[in-house]
Amino acid sequence: MSEATSPTANPPATAAKAGPVTRFLQATELDTRLLGMCGALLVIWVGFHLYGYFVNGFAAFLTPRNLWNLSVQTSSIGIMACGMVLVIVTRNIDLSVGSLLGFCATIMGMLQVYILPPLLGLGHPLIWIIAVIAGMATGGLVGSFHGWLIGYRKIPAFIVTLGGLLVWRGSAFLIARGETISPVDSTFALLGGGPYGAIGATGSWIVGILACIGILALIITGRRQRVKFQFPLRPVWAEVFLAALGCGIAIGAVLLVNSYPWPRGIVRQYAAANDIIVPETGLFISHGFAIPVLILLAVGIVMTFITTRTRFGRYVYAMGGNPDAAELAGINTRLMTVKIFAVMGTLAGLSAVVASARLNSATNALGTLDELYVIAAAVIGGTSLAGGIGTIYGAILGALVMQSLQTGMVLIGFDAAIQQIVVGSVLVSAVYLDILYRRSSK
Amino acid sequence: MTIDRSGTPLVELKDISIAFGGIKAVDHVSVNLFPGEVVGLLGHNGAGKSTLIKCLSGAYHKDAGEIFINGEKVEINNPRDARAHNIETIYQTLALADNLDAAANLFLGRELTTAVGTVDDVQMEAETRKIMARLNPNFRKFKDPVSALSGGQRQSVAIARAVYFNAKILIMDEPTAALGPQETQMVAELIDELKRQGLGIFLIDHDVHQVKNLCDRAAVMKNGQLVGVVKVEEVSEDDILAMIIAGKKPEHLAA
Repeated sequence: MSEATSPTANPPATAAKAGPVTRFLQATELDTRLLGMCGALLVIWVGFHLYGYFVNGFAAFLTPRNLWNLSVQTSSIGIMACGMVLVIVTRNIDLSVGSLLGFCATIMGMLQVYILPPLLGLGHPLIWIIAVIAGMATGGLVGSFHGWLIGYRKIPAFIVTLGGLLVWRGSAFLIARGETISPVDSTFALLGGGPYGAIGATGSWIVGILACIGILALIITGRRQRVKFQFPLRPVWAEVFLAALGCGIAIGAVLLVNSYPWPRGIVRQYAAANDIIVPETGLFISHGFAIPVLILLAVGIVMTFITTRTRFGRYVYAMGGNPDAAELAGINTRLMTVKIFAVMGTLAGLSAVVASARLNSATNALGTLDELYVIAAAVIGGTSLAGGIGTIYGAILGALVMQSLQTGMVLIGFDAAIQQIVVGSVLVSAVYLDILYRRSSK
Repeated sequence: MTIDRSGTPLVELKDISIAFGGIKAVDHVSVNLFPGEVVGLLGHNGAGKSTLIKCLSGAYHKDAGEIFINGEKVEINNPRDARAHNIETIYQTLALADNLDAAANLFLGRELTTAVGTVDDVQMEAETRKIMARLNPNFRKFKDPVSALSGGQRQSVAIARAVYFNAKILIMDEPTAALGPQETQMVAELIDELKRQGLGIFLIDHDVHQVKNLCDRAAVMKNGQLVGVVKVEEVSEDDILAMIIAGKKPEHLAA
């Protein structure tokens, strides 16, 4: 249902006349938009790589190290983009997420550095847990408050969250008195990635294999259901292709993150701490998936489940498609608005965990301008500002596109001014392309 | 077919008033509806028929008056209350979420769920296929968002939604306004079938000829007030037109 964007759902009558590409797309039910986005991503990646090779003399983009870092940098924006999909699908906007991230990070920083250690003792194992819960709860509460103002008091979301952008940034400054709060709890810091904040080669294989099993299970149960109700089936070759593609991506990702070794210094430190003798040739310890990437993955899976498999998700899309119809169907749209903004706020809190853990500190400036990247990620990922249309996987891919641009420009040495110009132009062009695409697919 | 109007009415709207700002959109109007009966609501645009009916479907709040269903006084504060009293409405706008497919629209707000509480799209599609096979056998676009459907197909989705949940009281707001002759005929047959099943139907319509054919009684409104309720077999189309335009009951019934 949520894949209402899918243009492949044409009546079967046209299938017979269509060319091989169209037939392929219809059989696999792959979203052409999604393919377009993957294509764009590929162009960006290869483009930066080649630019680095020819102009700067060294190609740094398509290396395990850069792609691993890219995955970590995408996490924070990606987590929030998942929530932003719900907000934008219901024809709202949230401009406050960057500030809210800073506010939540500050609260968590204060807890970990000034409040909890005297109570529990420095390095107590509960500290990071309490901090994470407090950060997400703060985000959730602030989000609910925004949602209440929007849903029940009928203040436009643009204004409420524009106010929130200023209010929460200012509050963060007041609480932290403008200081940087560091260092965060050592367990907490693992949530931000880094050599220790990754799950290693074996763990990554386990994740990869679980992903493959999940993909196969989805395809098989889906087919069984359709057989049971005698609905039209996808051709077997298409099912096999989809399974192979999904598993291929999962295993490819594992191989990639496992081919990025720990830096020598960290290896030496680790070896010394664990009484391991480092051989002459060096010790190859894989990073594996970074924890923030796994958090993003988990958020992506949970949010996809919520949007496609729950009533809540169904109502989000119904409200976006026709708010009056949703109301007349007995949906409590005001309460829905509160819930949606609560989800957005909670995810901003989670994103604050990742962002401050990665920096190993909380500053009140954390997350500045993130709202723009998050909105851009959702919109580039196919979420329609007119409401009713948008997917979680699209938003995560959108976040990856945004972050790839950003990282790529840093790698090849564009200065900040040019970066801003490029990112801004890409956003506008992406939305324009989207409008053209929708017009032609109607 | 004769309708027994001696018992308790299925619906009784009593002295309903609704005002928007200073304007009395509905001014002390009383209408009732018996099982197996179709009551047409007529009047110019702005006469108050839609407003009156929306306080039965839960879209508006009445300012004064009472609603009785099967003789029991009920409060209808929102569309959920209306549904709880087995009142289903087919809105003039159809109230479909254009981005969702037929099944999602049909079950909107009343999704079928699996044992673990997730929405059961497969089951809902199966049920949708079943009811559409009855209402509109040519309907094929079960996977498309309803924005991709024709006017008639959209209408049949809206009708399916009202019929599927075993309504006792059906409100149809200009159900044939956007339809071609063949589809209009389909709706007429459906109304007949539902009547025979004992449903009560309020039909808002502009087409006097159609009201004469489909309805048992006609309630005519003008400027928020009820001009009168007449049995269609006792009046001519011109009589009804006179009621709509001049706001006068025909002389032979005026006594």
